[in-house]
Amino acid sequence: MEGRGDGEWGGGASLTERRGGRGRGGSAGALGSPRRTAAMEQAPPDPERQLQPAPLEPLGRSDAGLGVAVDEEAEGAREEGSGGDTMTHNNFWLKKIEISVSEAEKRTGRNAMNMQETYTAYLIETRSVEHTDGQSVLTDSLWRRYSEFELLRNYLLVYYPHIVVPPLPEKRAEFVWHKLSADNMDPDFVERRRIGLENFLLRIASHPILCRDKIFYLFLTQEGNWKETVNETGFQLKADSRLKALNATFRVKNPDKRFTDLKHYSDELQSVISHLLRVRARVADRLYGVYKVHGNYGRVFSEWSAIEKEMGDGLQSAGHHMDVYASSIDDILEDEEHYADQLKEYLFYAEALRAVCRKHELMQYDLEIAAQDLASKKQQCEELATGTVRTFSLKGMTTKLFGQETPEQREARIKVLEEQINEGEQQLKSKNLEGREFVKNAWADIERFKEQKNRDLKEALISYAVMQISMCKKGIQVWTNAKECFSKM
Amino acid sequence: MRGRPLLPSSLSSSAEDSGPFLHLAGVRNSQARASSPPRARWGCARPGPALVPAVPRLRSGRGAGAGPAGEAREAREPMGTLGGAGLAAAAAGRARTLGMEGERRASQARSSGLPAGGADGESPGGGTTFPGSSGSSALLQAEVLDLDEDEDDLEVFSKDASLMDMNSFSPMMPTSPLSMINQIKFEDEPDLKDLFITVDEPESHVTTIETFITYRIITKTSRGEFDSSEFEVRRRYQDFLWLKGKLEEAHPTLIIPPLPEKFMVKGMVERFNDDFIETRRKALHKFLNRIADHPTLTFNEDFKIFLTAQAWELSSHKKQGPGLLSRMGQTVRAVASSMRGVKNRPEEFMEMNNFIELFSQKINLIDKISQRIYKEEREYFDELKEYGPIHILWSASEEDLVDILKDVASCIDRCCKATEKRMSGLAEALLPVVHEYVLYSEMLMGVMRRRDQIQAELDSKVEALTYKKADADLLPEEIGKLEDKVECANNALKADWERWKQNMQNDIKLAFTDMAEENIHYYEQCLATWESFLTSQTNLHLEEASEDKP
Repeated sequence: MEGRGDGEWGGGASLTERRGGRGRGGSAGALGSPRRTAAMEQAPPDPERQLQPAPLEPLGRSDAGLGVAVDEEAEGAREEGSGGDTMTHNNFWLKKIEISVSEAEKRTGRNAMNMQETYTAYLIETRSVEHTDGQSVLTDSLWRRYSEFELLRNYLLVYYPHIVVPPLPEKRAEFVWHKLSADNMDPDFVERRRIGLENFLLRIASHPILCRDKIFYLFLTQEGNWKETVNETGFQLKADSRLKALNATFRVKNPDKRFTDLKHYSDELQSVISHLLRVRARVADRLYGVYKVHGNYGRVFSEWSAIEKEMGDGLQSAGHHMDVYASSIDDILEDEEHYADQLKEYLFYAEALRAVCRKHELMQYDLEIAAQDLASKKQQCEELATGTVRTFSLKGMTTKLFGQETPEQREARIKVLEEQINEGEQQLKSKNLEGREFVKNAWADIERFKEQKNRDLKEALISYAVMQISMCKKGIQVWTNAKECFSKM
Repeated sequence: MRGRPLLPSSLSSSAEDSGPFLHLAGVRNSQARASSPPRARWGCARPGPALVPAVPRLRSGRGAGAGPAGEAREAREPMGTLGGAGLAAAAAGRARTLGMEGERRASQARSSGLPAGGADGESPGGGTTFPGSSGSSALLQAEVLDLDEDEDDLEVFSKDASLMDMNSFSPMMPTSPLSMINQIKFEDEPDLKDLFITVDEPESHVTTIETFITYRIITKTSRGEFDSSEFEVRRRYQDFLWLKGKLEEAHPTLIIPPLPEKFMVKGMVERFNDDFIETRRKALHKFLNRIADHPTLTFNEDFKIFLTAQAWELSSHKKQGPGLLSRMGQTVRAVASSMRGVKNRPEEFMEMNNFIELFSQKINLIDKISQRIYKEEREYFDELKEYGPIHILWSASEEDLVDILKDVASCIDRCCKATEKRMSGLAEALLPVVHEYVLYSEMLMGVMRRRDQIQAELDSKVEALTYKKADADLLPEEIGKLEDKVECANNALKADWERWKQNMQNDIKLAFTDMAEENIHYYEQCLATWESFLTSQTNLHLEEASEDKP
């Protein structure tokens, strides 16, 4: 349980501060202001805090939770666009809540095919924070497994195509170095995933739009039947199957440069972070080696000390310091693993960014197809009206072969076409509108994401520096002690 | 070969006792100072005070001889090279040949040694050009002699003193009594050496038959027995091997410094030929300087030849001496006797043997660990080299993070350099020292074996004497000689053992202290790097914060 507090994704400190700003200081003020501002409200990180990793708090509750306050008025105004039916107007959301994934447990059960399977279940606890005394009261606690988190995210992806949906932590450990186990039942891995899942929930809860989703709310509060409720929303039907085809590209004539750039950026982000993570894993591997091999001195020195009268004591205690040195790497690299997890989150965010781009591409494609369709219909209509055939067509051939159609027939056909054109124009208009709305919303969220990303990565890099500093300090300490022992020999 | 060996405890004590006097008289040459500490310790380290006959000790000082041939040569040398003063040593040498009657001869040696030393000191052109204050030294001897007249060790001392005296005409090097006292403590005055050897400029020679590397060896010395003060020769590994063989032959129970292995297969050196040559060059340099610093070996005639002789001279020298066959014969004999095992090896040597076994085990492990650390560090360094640039790469696509990413990259880069420095520090300070002691541990085992052989030889003769009385006339004399030889060998080993152990402890201590320092320095550098990064970042944050406020 210990150390949970400082292990959060996105930097424990920042989340705490974000929470602090909203929960305590600005409960009234923040309620009225739009969420986006609330998210940005975060004070610049306190320098002193950065020098020390986020404090360890017992059980990590207060640190891990996140106060979420939502104001009802703003909600109604802004949620119409994205499916108001899923929104909850539950009073519950008026209160601030804290969310934490506080435990992981290995379970065995039977799956749909009645086969034995082992999985890890995570205990999600939500607490409401009373305004008056700041005491949190446990309101709900329930178990979820990873696949349910996945379901929640898939649902969110479908319902909020214009939002960069926070990614889930990896299902299987990637970019591991030799000491780390790739087994997804490994306790360290489960623990890091627990932190990752908690972070995922916190990211949603702190998102101005996602936090008000009903399914999300039910995910936190309704243990049974949740899956059924999700499936009832019919999100799977709504999901555009074209989006799933991974490599499908749609030849968009007029791509929005902003989105192509964004797509390009997300590719770059993904490749550079995965490269970074790969190298980091190797560096960690070697560093581990350097430290651990020093541990061998410990044993040899202490054996040697048995035969050395003058040097004996010095050797013995120097050996002890070598042991200390060797074992210090475990903690150092465990901390670094959290840094790696922070980077990994953004590695997966790259995919989320791409999803938004694809959705946009698809809409643009639909729009262009519709426009094309409309244009060709208009042309037909014109041809019929003027009687000229500009292009070679089957129709032209038949006219030539079988003679002109009657004016009545022509009239009827023009009418039909005109109706279709009207419809098409309407459709195009709405698609255009929809597209513009999408771009507007998506871009807003992307801007939000960018800010979040810059902040988080800056913090991650700074936390990396802090880790290096603490490693150096440990190193100096150990070697100064060892030097003393050596020089006393 | 100037009978360097023994400076018994009597000197040290008397030297201290007669402090004020020495103050006046105390002009001694650097060589005496440089080389006396070990002697002093030898004296001190000697276990049974005054119980060991003086004569064997004399011999042990001279490297325990190597049978009759060695004795003859030793007896000759002092006279030849050192002039009159050598008489004392010569006398002592002769005395030794007479074996058991050491006590009497010892006093003879003393009486002959003293005047010889004194006379030589006053004679201006006594064959030696060594500087020193002769008159006062002579006085010193006399005084000391008076004080220590009853000492059993005296003759050794007087001889020694006379030799020192003879070597000490140095007008420019006044010595404080402190330095006298210092001698007794440590060999920590390397600057008082009189033999400076550098091994450098490896050169590769390619002939139709073989390819080999020669090293330039420059010797600078103020010693009289050298014809010049500077020599420059080229030697190849085989020549070093010859020297080592010669030394082992002449001093079977002295701890000869180890030569680097013929082929180094281990670890770091296999990859780069240049590295290999450089590592070997350093080891050879160390080898020669270790010999130069050794109280006895430094006066070995073959060592001098090695340092000074022209190539043809050296090769003709190599042909001399006992042929391979005779040496083989010796070895076979020795092996045969050692096969029978040594009865009652003295307890102190049992202890020594146990120590050597354990030491060898541990030092080998430490060598392996250190090599491994070097390897891991090298690999860490290689990976780290890649780590920084990725951040630069990343900065290209992050408008708002350009600065911080570049800063991180430069921090990693600096840490990378620090790692490289730590690595080379390890390779220079720790690895060669540890490895040298691995080789030393092998040498030690060889020394122990040779000691056992010498004892085994004696044991077998004693056995023969008890069983067959046949050669009863001849045997006692032979046994006497052998007993002497064993005693010599033992004493040489015991004396050299303490010196070696002290050196080893110092070297190991120093090497590891250096390593710790290197690491501290490394971490301090990295710490400073990251701390400055953090400061600049927090400053930025503070600036942003203050901009936001108004």
